[in-house]
Amino acid sequence: MSIAREHEIHRRRFGRNLGVALTLAAFIALVFALTIAKVSGGGSIDAFDHTYRPVIDPAINPAIGARE
Amino acid sequence: MTDIRAEITTGQDRAEAGFGDYVQLLKPRVMSLVVFTALVGLLVAPMSLHPVEALASIIFIALGAGASGALNMWWDADIDRLMRRTARRPVPAGLVEPGEALAVGLALSLISVFMLGLAANWLAAGLLAFTIFFYAVIYSMWLKRWTPHNIVIGGAAGAFPPMIGWVVATGHVGIEAVLMFALIFMWTPPHFWALALFMKDDYGKAGVPMLTVTHGRRVTRAQILAYTLALVPVALGAGFTSIGGPVYLAVALALNALFVVGAFGLWRRTEEAALLDGYRAEKRFFRFSLLYLFLHFAAFLAEATPWAEPLRASFTFWGS
Repeated sequence: MSIAREHEIHRRRFGRNLGVALTLAAFIALVFALTIAKVSGGGSIDAFDHTYRPVIDPAINPAIGARE
Repeated sequence: MTDIRAEITTGQDRAEAGFGDYVQLLKPRVMSLVVFTALVGLLVAPMSLHPVEALASIIFIALGAGASGALNMWWDADIDRLMRRTARRPVPAGLVEPGEALAVGLALSLISVFMLGLAANWLAAGLLAFTIFFYAVIYSMWLKRWTPHNIVIGGAAGAFPPMIGWVVATGHVGIEAVLMFALIFMWTPPHFWALALFMKDDYGKAGVPMLTVTHGRRVTRAQILAYTLALVPVALGAGFTSIGGPVYLAVALALNALFVVGAFGLWRRTEEAALLDGYRAEKRFFRFSLLYLFLHFAAFLAEATPWAEPLRASFTFWGS
């Protein structure tokens, strides 16, 4: 028997590896889509980032508060 | 590094699991029911959700259900081996190692609960975690081998998905979610006891104290009728909440009438008559129970569509 002969085990392992790869790819795609959905639907994503910005302070600009 | 070719040439050619065997570990048929009922719970809720968030939530609820299935297969491998219905599952068939089933179950439990918390909210994630715990620990490890009421209490695990779907959309548990839960909870005993009536040797051989084994078939038939009758007010009651309506109520009335007639028929039947026709009525009742649940949830869904709105509006009760 040739040492390089394709065997049932090779086929099953390839199927298993392919299944895991596709599952992981689907999971990554889902998390990516979920991130986009959360970010785009979540109102303001501006933040202060070390510097006070009156324009995004809800106490000064009520429109910001209303959006959140 | 191991070379698999060595195994081939030495003839140690044991069965090796394919990807499909790992999918089987997650009980895909149960998952499909979970997906359907959770989706209905989510869609009939008064709040709408971003489609991607809804899709992700349903996927993670299904994954959680699959995880509990894998944990159940890990724990029950010894009795699954003895029952005709379950002997070909991946663990008793020797395709997947018990340790692998445990690892898959635990990993998927953590992933599904954590991801549902991120995708939807932490109340939904908490309910999913409790569902997995209830099915794997309370039902599989404790109730199943201990009491003939195993499936009565254990049925709660299968009843949670529509409630989780509702909580994903609304963030809280409402009366509608409780009634959807109660519908599946009360439906489970007649459904499984009908199965136990015609899978007659399986549970006894495995030492599982099903009602048919501990109290006999006559008592089981009486219990099927009792739970079917108790199911009626739950099913009809849901029709008078915000998820019900005239369409649902008409469907529920017809289905419950047929279910009660079926249960009454089973109660009147003798074991001799059942043996003679190969448990035909019991098998028919079991199949109908699947349709019963599916059509109730389909009717909830129908009530949530815009097409049902004019009809609902013509009734003061739902229209107001």
